[in-house]
Amino acid sequence: MVAMNELSALHGSDASKRRLRKRRAAETRLKMYGIGAIIIAGLALVTLMWSVVGNARYALSESYITLPLTLSAEELGVDPADPQSIRRGDYENFVRDAFRDRFDYVSGRTPRRELGDLYSNAAGFDLRDMVVENPALIGQTVDVRMLASDVADLYIKGDYGTLQTPDLSSPLRFTATGEDTVLIEATQPVFADVFADVQNDLLALAERRGREAARQELGRIEFLRRADIAETTEERTAAIEEAARREAARDALQEEADDLRDRAMASDGFEELTEDNESLLFKLNGGWLKATMVGPDVAEATIIAPLDSRDLNNPDYEMLVQPVPESARKFSDDQIVWIEELRSQGAVEQVFNWRFFTASDSRDAERAGIWGAAVGSFWTMLVTFLLAFPIGTLAAIYLEEFAPRNRFTDFVEVNINNLAAVPSIVFGLLGLAVFLGFFGVPRSAPIAGGIVLALMTLPTIIIASRAAIRAVPPSIRDAALGLGASNLQTAFHHVLPLAMPGILTGTIIGMAQALGETAPLILIGMVAFIVDVPGSVTDPATVLPVQVFRWSDFPERAFEARTAAAICVLLAFLVLMNAFAVFLRKRFERRW
Amino acid sequence: MTNMRMTEQDLQDRETKIASRGVDVFYGATHAIKDVDIDILNNTVTAFIGPSGCGKSTFLRCLNRMNDTIDSCRVTGQILLDGDDIYHSSVDPVTLRARVGMVFQKPNPFPKSIFDNIAYGPRIHGLVNNKAELDEVVEKSLRRAAIWNEVKDRLDQPGTGLSGGQQQRLCIARAIATAPEVLLMDEPCSALDPIATAQIEELIDELRQDFAVVIVTHSMQQAARVSQKTAFFHLGVIAEHGDTNQIFTNPVDKRTQDYITGRFG
Amino acid sequence: MVLTASFVAILFLAVAGYGMSRSRAVSVAGGNLARLHSRPSYHGTYSLLWVLIAGIATLLIVGEAWALLNERIYFSIIEDARPGLAQIEKQLILSDAHQLARGGIASATGEVRTALAETIRVMDTWRVVVTAILSLAAAAAAAALTFGRIDADWRARNRSENIIRAILMICAIIAILTTIGIVLSLIFETINFFGKIDWQVHKFLFGTTWSPLSGVSAGKLDPDKVGAVPLFAGTFMITIIAMLVAVPVGLFAAVYLSDFASKATRAWAKPMLEILAGVPTVVYGFFAAITVAPAIRDAGNFLGLSVDSSSALAAGTVMGIMIIPFISSLSDDVINSVPQSLRDGSYGLGATKAETIRQVVLPAALPGIVSAVLLGVSRAVGETMIVVMAAGQGANLTWNPLEAVTTVTVQIVMLYTGDTDLETASGPVFALGFTLFCVTLLLNVVALRIVRRYREMYD
Repeated sequence: MVAMNELSALHGSDASKRRLRKRRAAETRLKMYGIGAIIIAGLALVTLMWSVVGNARYALSESYITLPLTLSAEELGVDPADPQSIRRGDYENFVRDAFRDRFDYVSGRTPRRELGDLYSNAAGFDLRDMVVENPALIGQTVDVRMLASDVADLYIKGDYGTLQTPDLSSPLRFTATGEDTVLIEATQPVFADVFADVQNDLLALAERRGREAARQELGRIEFLRRADIAETTEERTAAIEEAARREAARDALQEEADDLRDRAMASDGFEELTEDNESLLFKLNGGWLKATMVGPDVAEATIIAPLDSRDLNNPDYEMLVQPVPESARKFSDDQIVWIEELRSQGAVEQVFNWRFFTASDSRDAERAGIWGAAVGSFWTMLVTFLLAFPIGTLAAIYLEEFAPRNRFTDFVEVNINNLAAVPSIVFGLLGLAVFLGFFGVPRSAPIAGGIVLALMTLPTIIIASRAAIRAVPPSIRDAALGLGASNLQTAFHHVLPLAMPGILTGTIIGMAQALGETAPLILIGMVAFIVDVPGSVTDPATVLPVQVFRWSDFPERAFEARTAAAICVLLAFLVLMNAFAVFLRKRFERRW
Repeated sequence: MTNMRMTEQDLQDRETKIASRGVDVFYGATHAIKDVDIDILNNTVTAFIGPSGCGKSTFLRCLNRMNDTIDSCRVTGQILLDGDDIYHSSVDPVTLRARVGMVFQKPNPFPKSIFDNIAYGPRIHGLVNNKAELDEVVEKSLRRAAIWNEVKDRLDQPGTGLSGGQQQRLCIARAIATAPEVLLMDEPCSALDPIATAQIEELIDELRQDFAVVIVTHSMQQAARVSQKTAFFHLGVIAEHGDTNQIFTNPVDKRTQDYITGRFG
Repeated sequence: MVLTASFVAILFLAVAGYGMSRSRAVSVAGGNLARLHSRPSYHGTYSLLWVLIAGIATLLIVGEAWALLNERIYFSIIEDARPGLAQIEKQLILSDAHQLARGGIASATGEVRTALAETIRVMDTWRVVVTAILSLAAAAAAAALTFGRIDADWRARNRSENIIRAILMICAIIAILTTIGIVLSLIFETINFFGKIDWQVHKFLFGTTWSPLSGVSAGKLDPDKVGAVPLFAGTFMITIIAMLVAVPVGLFAAVYLSDFASKATRAWAKPMLEILAGVPTVVYGFFAAITVAPAIRDAGNFLGLSVDSSSALAAGTVMGIMIIPFISSLSDDVINSVPQSLRDGSYGLGATKAETIRQVVLPAALPGIVSAVLLGVSRAVGETMIVVMAAGQGANLTWNPLEAVTTVTVQIVMLYTGDTDLETASGPVFALGFTLFCVTLLLNVVALRIVRRYREMYD
């Protein structure tokens, strides 16, 4: 039997106090889970923004290389008197030759191609524009600013690692050992770091060879076993021979591994510096050397930019280490040397990247901009707004003020709620089949995108508008109706103006959704590569989010930054729109 | 019911269960309760009456610290339960509320079965050790709340399916099951029809045998019917308190008189 | 150009009709406006509405129908000139011809194209001119008719209001038309597709090899290569991962914000979640591809696991982040709509906050939370950009979340943006779209129904 009044005594007993501690702990735990959830969401947002802004940083500026060039009419292939001919000049080759002249020591196919990769295709076009605008420049020597290529730009911004100048504990002694090779010696192990990098690679290689040897050993054992159980003599002989081959291979590999390991462990040595290692460069008497072999205190280097003087007794030198291996960057050691040479002469500059905001799409990362996509977005949004706003508002008025309460109206409501949750890509399929396929709306055009987005945003706008209309108190309607206004007059003269701020807020939020929408537009062909800025709603166009999607697909590192920068622009528009919606709500919100 | 009425002498003998000393309550800047002193006696029904907005519910909610759930609410002064200050930092409101149960204006059964509704308190406070004991506590509580016969065959059905009066008795049973010492009732009949009200009033009178009962009501007849002590609240202060008989037949305070005779309220 | 001009002319006619009818009504009233049943401006409005309706309807219907007819004729011309061409190539020729007719630059020129361009120019001129004349005539007729009807007893107000009301209703019905459009277009192409695989629908629904374009021959698809199970499985896995992230985080956040957080915390935490909800999915896709996927791969490598660079885990996690605010705001709503009286009842019995939430609030809010989760699942299933940018593209049937899997939406986009023949691709695309639509529709209907019933319970 339980006596109820005895149970009362349990409150405040020791057992109950212990229990209470546990209960309170459970409460704290739940609270912590809640805080944890908020922190996770916050961290996700911060990481997202950081990853976008961090990447966009590299698109903030662009790099120019300035060379003094004589714009001779002959080399440009133009007739200074004829504007048409000036327009058709061979500026591209002129720029190429300018670089070849500047670095006249560069020879060979690959180095020349690498030299050509320093500047952008835009350099020629920019030069043409400059000359067309001011033909008087022809024949003069002027400083020509040429847009750097995307890779050069990234190197200049430090994305491929920056050259470091280690402190030298001892002076270096340079001895020419050939036409373009130099031996560099020191009394202290000044190359120890680089050498350790090489030795690490050797050790890794040694381990790989060791594993291969172990595999061969397993093979040998397996074939010996097969020899044991072989049924015919031929099979046995074949297996024994194979086992012997495996044994030989094993020994060779093992030997190689041992040798590699010895070299990797040796406190001195002289090993090849490969493109998988840090790069070791020397500035010497105005020229550049690149180390090909290295030991702790000795290195052998080749000359990659000629020296001013071959007198190595009293050298003017500097040692530089590039920590990012050549194989891990799209910018060779030679290119680094050229850019550094230009940089030391002050011929490299970085300016704010206006081009990104004024140019259209391009396959060259350094020339690509968002203007075309932004204008495309504008046209698309215009169509969306012109369709969705009136239709959404009128539909909301009908449903709130006029629709009879019957099953049909119910069905319309359920329909609208369902449409709000239909995946956006399905709207793309609708646009594809009905508007493009059936009505023949032009593909890739803002009008097609606008219609699809309007249908997609319509439910959002209708739902928000209905809420706004519902919030207008019935007393307003009664007052108007009491004065003899018709239902329609009441709705349009009294209810609608009062509900307008709410409707506008809903519309803006819907438009913001539409502005960020990508998937349906891909399906109706707004994903094409379009260089021209669309001039009307029927021109082929793309929009900002689709531009983001396209760029994110490109392999070039520089496009990553452009993608992030385009996202920043998109987000800025969204923030503006939402801020405006919040402002409207705050400014006109009325509590009845 | 008159035969159960106690004489003044009886009331003097009962021990004080809750003593309030100089209690003030603030909602933000609003001074809702001003310097309230009152003793709640054991085995007695105390009624709080007064015009709406006079603070009687607010004061009731101070007695088991339900006001803690409202951020802006601040309580000063002392409320002593068996001589211990319930607002002392060592008192956990959770334990306090187990000792001082509450029944609300609107019946608020949880969306669970009738059995689970009653078992809720015993389970969270660990009052029982096994299913058999729990069954027993549930049955006793339901019997005590005079609803056992109506629900004994459908304990597994949702409590929300009962009628209003049944729901309120279920809520009383639920409060009883937690084995409280005091029962607070905040206008427990205001959402009920007259028949259900009569049932609840009868129940309240019986509950007095085990608990100190405090009831807030806006119906003076109800206060007269069920209570032995009455406190009249007016604009946040207790204008008058004393034996119910005396308050209703011979009020001292002018405001009480006006209220009881229906001049305002 | 001509059509735009006639559109403007119709607008002009409408305004003129308004003015004329209005002044006619005034003169009919003869100085005593109270004699009129409707005020003059309603007579004007009535005229304006009819002129607009007649003119624009004629313009759209005649112009569009004629254009469709013309396209048919053009195709038959192409068929006559170059028999047996694939549909897509015919379209290419036609669009080139359109460009030439417009004086633009075509991708190629040739005899067929030039001849067709000439035909187009002639036929289109006819179409445009006749349409313009017809629509203007219709507008003028409407103006004349309404003008003639005006007298003192003419109920112009009621009639114009009826018209406006009809317009309002049409606007509301557009939602239904959209649904019908979606269903019809999806079904039409899906039936087409099933025809191409000889109605072996089970091979689409239960087959495990997805390579729809590799078995194309003579307009037929290889039924053994359109098995969509790997896509369903991939979608399912990514959805599960997303919900594993979104449901606990979203739910705990909602519980915290509704019952624990101070006003100050709510003031920044709620907008933060709203920002998370407002980020376009393409941005999440970028985030997944650039940051999360490499991070998960590196973490996996560190633990000695081999992780695909476009693992299901990465796409699912980011999708989960995207759905967090969705779940949290919907759950927050339902948790807040649990009446305070229930909480009071629980506190009054001496329950702690945690007990109240776990045993009273959450069970009471359960239907709403379930529907929030269902809507979240529906979003995850239909989400496109994140998976297109961060999930795999090859069909891969696996249970390992560290491998790359593909989803229904990815395949829809892939088939349409790859170097594929659109005609052949559209079959599988629409069949997948139809499946997607059915699944999400089912989820939405169930979720909305639960929410509705829940609302009725507490309102």
